[in-house]
Amino acid sequence: MKCVMAAVIYKLGDDISTDIIYPGRYMATVLPAETPQFAFADIKELNSKLNSKYVPSGSIIVAGKNFGCGSSREQAVSTLKAYEIVVIARNFARIFLQNSVNLGLQIIICPEIEANEGDDLEITTAKVINKTNGKSFRIEPMPKSRQAIIDAGGLIAYTRKRVLEKQTHNSRPTAN
Amino acid sequence: MGMTVVEKILARASGLSSVTAGDIVEPKVDIAMSHENSALVINQFFEIYQRTTIDPKIWNPSKISIIFDHRVPAESPKTASNQKKIREFAAANSITKFHDIRGDIGGICHQVLPENGYVRPGAVIVGTDSHTTSQGALGAFAFGIGATEMASVWALGSVVNVEVPSTIRVNVTGKFKKFVCPKDLILHLIGRLTAEGANFKVIEFHGPAIKKMSTSGRLTICNMSVEAGATCGIVPADNETVRYLREEAGVKGRIPLIVPDSDAVYKRIIDVDVSNLEPQIACPHTVDNVKPVKEVKGIKIDQVVIGSCTNGRIDDLEITAKIIKGKKVARGVRMLIFPASARIYNQALAKGYIGEFTKAGAVVMNSGCGPCLGIHEGALGDGEVALSTTNRNFKGRMGNPESEVYLCSPATAAASAIKGIITDPTKMKL
Repeated sequence: MKCVMAAVIYKLGDDISTDIIYPGRYMATVLPAETPQFAFADIKELNSKLNSKYVPSGSIIVAGKNFGCGSSREQAVSTLKAYEIVVIARNFARIFLQNSVNLGLQIIICPEIEANEGDDLEITTAKVINKTNGKSFRIEPMPKSRQAIIDAGGLIAYTRKRVLEKQTHNSRPTAN
Repeated sequence: MGMTVVEKILARASGLSSVTAGDIVEPKVDIAMSHENSALVINQFFEIYQRTTIDPKIWNPSKISIIFDHRVPAESPKTASNQKKIREFAAANSITKFHDIRGDIGGICHQVLPENGYVRPGAVIVGTDSHTTSQGALGAFAFGIGATEMASVWALGSVVNVEVPSTIRVNVTGKFKKFVCPKDLILHLIGRLTAEGANFKVIEFHGPAIKKMSTSGRLTICNMSVEAGATCGIVPADNETVRYLREEAGVKGRIPLIVPDSDAVYKRIIDVDVSNLEPQIACPHTVDNVKPVKEVKGIKIDQVVIGSCTNGRIDDLEITAKIIKGKKVARGVRMLIFPASARIYNQALAKGYIGEFTKAGAVVMNSGCGPCLGIHEGALGDGEVALSTTNRNFKGRMGNPESEVYLCSPATAAASAIKGIITDPTKMKL
């Protein structure tokens, strides 16, 4: 990742569940074009911020531990991806982390992160530097198992590659 | 070096002689389950084949199960249209393990899978639902994935790049007191571990209290293992597993029993003696905010919910019936009961439980997920309090962020429904 600068648009606490990110009552909506409007529907301030169109892509939401716990609903990831949000949290719940890698949502595991709304953060490969409070925080690398999917540009592209390889393999003439 | 149960399962499914925590493997999938979110899986599945000349083809339709449970019967034209699309896809692709909205074979996915014999010890099960962990009750490695990951499984028949999780071993000893349930054990454990204490890890259950526990109770504890963040909960298969599969799921043929090696390596070992365990309750708004029921007794409740994939099986309904028989649901309290499957509904009907429930003033609903996650029926009003045997109490979970949800066992829920306030069932005169 190259070095980027962005502002924190909202600060959340620990254990932010996918019910908070994308409430269950909107789960009948699945099309990526229709889901973003319901992101953080029950946190009115954040929801209207995201829908205001004044949030530049790459803007940061900061959270505590266990971000994305609960349901496996993928809308929780795809809606944030639609706004090109970056989520920095102390750690992420497994399914949310996996869905983020699969869909290409940028998430950063930063176990000691301290940042408030309005802070400017510089993100490098190894650390997050809070330009506002002057502190810097180490980034924990993604689980190594997910690297092949990140490198391929997401799980759809990765699986497509695998399906194509299989076809090439199968169409080769066999010895007997 | 010895292997845990999940290490053994992943080694077999990946064609390896052994694996250890941290290894990266690609296990073959035995059952791939999805519910209404199959609509999204189908979209993503076709997306994989975009910009290729290959026809989309499911790797093995007999290993796919699609079960409607989240919004049944459909609450809106949008849901009905999604269900229609999925129904047509299932028919066109010869998906035989398809469970439509029906009063005979329908139900909540986590109950429909085991009761139809789709789950065997040692199997790798994935589901587009976080509570897929339930299937660990039968000694399978079962975990939740997202819709895109499921689309990839449909195409490849395997889960790509899985990191073998480390395992927390939980030894459970002692004998449960009357009206203390497996639900109280798992709530107690989640309180101890915290909501992230088992993140990326397996919880493997052992001990005499687990040996004596029915598959129904094991489904409850494995179901809620995910609330401590666990990738899966698992009870190594034993005689009870075989009994359940033969007698209740009609399974014939060999049933493999996979147990951990005696020198398996565990990340952590936790001992629990249930002899002195009291009824537990998870207070708003996190599942790990667990206290003994007596500490919050007396709180006024507006709605009691008994059922779901967590606690909607026949023994849950039996204990409810035992407590509620001949009594009345307190004035001002709505009591909703939804069995985990149509089969269980019919069993409860035959045993006379349904009649006891309605006589007491409870409303018996069809099997489905609706009230648990606030997407169908049973929504709460502003400021209302629900006491529920379901698995999550996050803010807004039951459809209204201005309400509160407490989680407990069926015994605590039933006793409280009669009193209209949170009540410890072990202290109630029956």
